Order: sequence, then structure tokens, then C-alpha cells
Amino acid sequence: MKTVLTCTVNGIEHTVLADTRDTLLDLLRDRIGLTGTKEGCGNGNCGTCTVLMDGATVNACLILAFEAPGRDIITIEGLSDGGRMHPIQEALVAHGGTQCGFCTPGIVLSAKALLDTNPQPTEADIRHAIAGNLCRCTGYGKIVEAIAAAATTARES
Amino acid sequence: MQAFEYLRPETVEAAVAALNESGARALAGGTDLVPQMREGRRSASRIVDLKHIGELTAITVRPDGSVAIGAAATATAVSRHAAIAATYPAVASSVRLIGGVQVQNRASLGGNICNAAPSADAVPALLAQDARAVIASPQGRRESSLAELLHGPGRTSLSPGELLVSIVLPPHTPRSAAAYLRFTPRREMDIAIAGVAAWIALDARGAIAAARIVLASVAPTAIRAPTAEAKLIGEQPTSALLTEAGRLAAQDARPISDTRGSADYRRTLVSVLTARALADGCAQIQAGAP
Ligand SMILES: Cc1cc2nc3c(=O)[nH]c(=O)nc-3n(C[C@H](O)[C@H](O)[C@H](O)COP(=O)(O)OP(=O)(O)OC[C@H]3O[C@@H](n4cnc5c(N)ncnc54)[C@H](O)[C@@H]3O)c2cc1C
Ligand code: FES
Ligand code: FES
Repeated sequence: MKTVLTCTVNGIEHTVLADTRDTLLDLLRDRIGLTGTKEGCGNGNCGTCTVLMDGATVNACLILAFEAPGRDIITIEGLSDGGRMHPIQEALVAHGGTQCGFCTPGIVLSAKALLDTNPQPTEADIRHAIAGNLCRCTGYGKIVEAIAAAATTARES
Repeated sequence: MQAFEYLRPETVEAAVAALNESGARALAGGTDLVPQMREGRRSASRIVDLKHIGELTAITVRPDGSVAIGAAATATAVSRHAAIAATYPAVASSVRLIGGVQVQNRASLGGNICNAAPSADAVPALLAQDARAVIASPQGRRESSLAELLHGPGRTSLSPGELLVSIVLPPHTPRSAAAYLRFTPRREMDIAIAGVAAWIALDARGAIAAARIVLASVAPTAIRAPTAEAKLIGEQPTSALLTEAGRLAAQDARPISDTRGSADYRRTLVSVLTARALADGCAQIQAGAP
């Protein structure tokens, strides 16, 4: 059953033809073409599909596309400023917190949601914030260091 | 996945009307339902999204001190609610165990209850607090104990078309406290092998006036541990008594062996977790819990 759907992603209104069975992840990647959001497990466990919905992190694979209208959705593409990386992304690069990069968009958004509400997180706060984001490459240590560094940079500027 | 229509009612009455058709299914956070539908384990011809109904997402402190939690309120909203965090900390902390932050930003109490997993983490603390359930149907509203709603793995006693509207935490009993502890191999993002919630009230002499012990993941639904509870009444909460209550709770448990743990292992966990949860409740009261 395909129906027209209008939603706001990264501040831009999109009107697309979508199936009620589409997830928000299908909508973002296949109907709108924003492929920065990744599909790892498709069942809520890995966090590679993390996006912000009304400011809170959610797994796009667990949400129906038709739940999107009326919500403010931010994907990884919405974070860079005219091609300039977000400070959290810069910190991940500087600290070796990204290797293959598949988990990185989700990690960046989980970190952003944390720092937006808690500018001075402890290591435990950081680890809790990314508990829903699996990384098969880095061993997490460098990700945690990078998020702590991004928090310090944000406080100092 | 079977094709379905998606509806977004704004009142309880409209939701009940929409659900009163075969193949209709309620959607709260979707953290259980969406993957189940994608994997073909559940199907629906109509999805009724509950998140646009004010009463279902509200958390209300009533004049008598009871708290009504809308069935679709998120775990994040529940755990951050000031009155719940202050008066029912076991409820606040148990919902913080559900998945990671992303899942908690969506998962609801109603979904946790109605998905009816024996390991559902929100349920034991709610039962220990003697929570009640408000249910709406085309015939009107009824209230029941939460315990009556739980029927078995994946099953509740709700009739098709009935909607869980809210969970009501009764007013706080003076000198009482509760705790929920679960055991998981991993600290986060894991399912309990066993869990225990304990609620305890002390009298003026420090003896146990009332107790409720709820065991999770060791029976088809969360269950009370009546033998262990009976042992506690009228006694001083010494560590020997709490250990004995743990031993009795392990006998009240009806665990199975599966890939996550053997029945014997689960009984041992119940014994240890019961004593610890009771001790935690006592410590909260002695530390001046409200
Ligand atoms: C990665 C991951 C980790 C998880 N970890 C845990 C965990 O540690 N502990 C745990 O307990 N759970 C866990 N869960 C399971 C799930 O998140 C919870 O059970 C959650 O509370 C379900 O709520 P929901 O709002 O998402 O329910 P939904 O998926 O929306 O609904 C679940 C079921 O309940 C029905 N339903 C929902 N609301 C109502 C209502 N008001 N009236 C009638 N029927 C209703 C739906 O029709 C559906 O059948 C996890 C899930 C994921 C994906
Ligand atoms: S793809 Fe959504 S959590 Fe793994
Ligand atoms: S960098 Fe490869 S999964 Fe995290």
C-alpha cells in the first residue's frame, strides 16, 4: 500500500511515496537517499541506524516511516556545517575513534544527544550513552576519549 | 511483512474504536512489535499508533499521592519524572535497564507489559509496588491489578480490542521501599537470566510489617514468592532472615533450563538476588527513604 508521506529531515521537508511497511531507516536511505544512516542488525541491537527524533536518539530500524510526519528528524548528514565536520566528528578522527566507520554516524549522534543535555559527562555517562552502539573495530576506548575531548572543547569555546 | 494500514488516533475512545477490528494491533514504542512484524513473528492488518493520545503519554501525580503513568509514556520519561524518581526509585531504575538509550527513548511500560516477556524488566518493580492497570474497551473502562493482566509468555488477559490506558502506582506507604535487581551476563543491552523485585515496609519497632517479593524470568510470567513473603512478616530484618527468605524464594520459583541458564542456576540467582533486594529496601528505609 503506497501512500504519499511528508516529513522533515535535517530541516528540509520531503514528500515521498512510501509503503506503510517501510521503516524510518528505509525511508531515509531508499526513499530520500540519505545513506549516512546505516543498517547493521535491523532489530534494535547495534545502533548503526541511530538518528535524532525531536532531539532524542532512536533506532530508525524500529520505527515505521509513517510515524515520521510531524517529528523533527536529524541524520548524520544534518550535522556537518556546509561541509565542515561537527566537532564530535573531528574529535573521533583526531583520537582514532573511527576505523571502518560503519558505527560512526550512530556514535556521533548518540554523543551529540549526550553533550546537548550533559556538557560535562563522566566516563560512565559516556559509556552509558553509547551502550546501544556496537563497534566491531575500535574497542570503544578511543571513542570514549574522543567524546570526552569533544565535551572539553565545547566547554572551552 | 503483511501490508497494513496505519492509524494515528488522538483520543482513547478513537483508539478503542480503531482496535475493535480483527487484525488491529496497538503500537507504542514499537521496540518489540516492529522487529516482530519484520521477522514475521506477529502480523497486523491495522496498526494503531498510541503516541498521539495525550492521556497515554502523560504522567500524573494525583491528589492522593498515587501516580498514573500513561501506557505509552517512554522509559526515559518515566525514569526522569521527579515524583517517580523520588518515591518509586525501583520503578525509575528498572526502566533504565531496558536496552540502551535509543530503546529507552521509545519503549513504553504498556509495551513492556503487553509484550508479556517473562523477563520484562519494568514488570517486577510495578508488581512489587502493587500497581493497578486501567483498561479501556468499547464497553467503557475497568481497573484491575497488574498481576491479573499477566497470563503467560507473549500473552495477557486483555481481550482483543482492549487497550491498556495507564498504570497506577498506589500512594506511598510510610517507611517502605522497593528495589529491583536482575542478573545479566553483560552489564547493558542484555536480557535477565533472573530478576527479583522486593518491596518491604517496616513498623515503628523496625520489624517487617509487609513485604512483596516478585520473581522474573523463572516462571511463564513474573510471580510472587508467597512462602518467602510469609516468613518475613513480624520479624526483624536480620541478614540471616533475609538469606532464609532468599532460600524460600528459590523454592517458590518455577524456572526452566534454556540457553541462557539452567533451572538450578536460576534458583541460585533468585536466592541471592532476593536477599540483596530485601537488604537494599531495608537500607533505603533506614537511610530515611520517604
Ligand atoms: C535492543 C533491545 C533491547 C531490549 N532490552 C530489553 C531489556 O533489557 N528489558 C526488557 O524488559 N525489554 C527489553 N527490550 C524489549 C522492549 O524494548 C520492551 O519490552 C519495551 O518496553 C516494549 O515497549 P514498546 O512501547 O516498544 O512496545 P511495542 O513494541 O509498541 O508493543 C509491544 C506489544 O504490546 C502491545 N501494546 C503496546 N501498548 C499497548 C497498550 N497500551 N495496550 C494494549 N497493548 C499494547 C503491542 O500491540 C505489542 O504487541 C529490548 C528491545 C530491544 C530492541
Ligand atoms: S540497524 Fe537499527 S539497531 Fe541495528
Ligand atoms: S569503526 Fe568499525 S564498527 Fe566501529
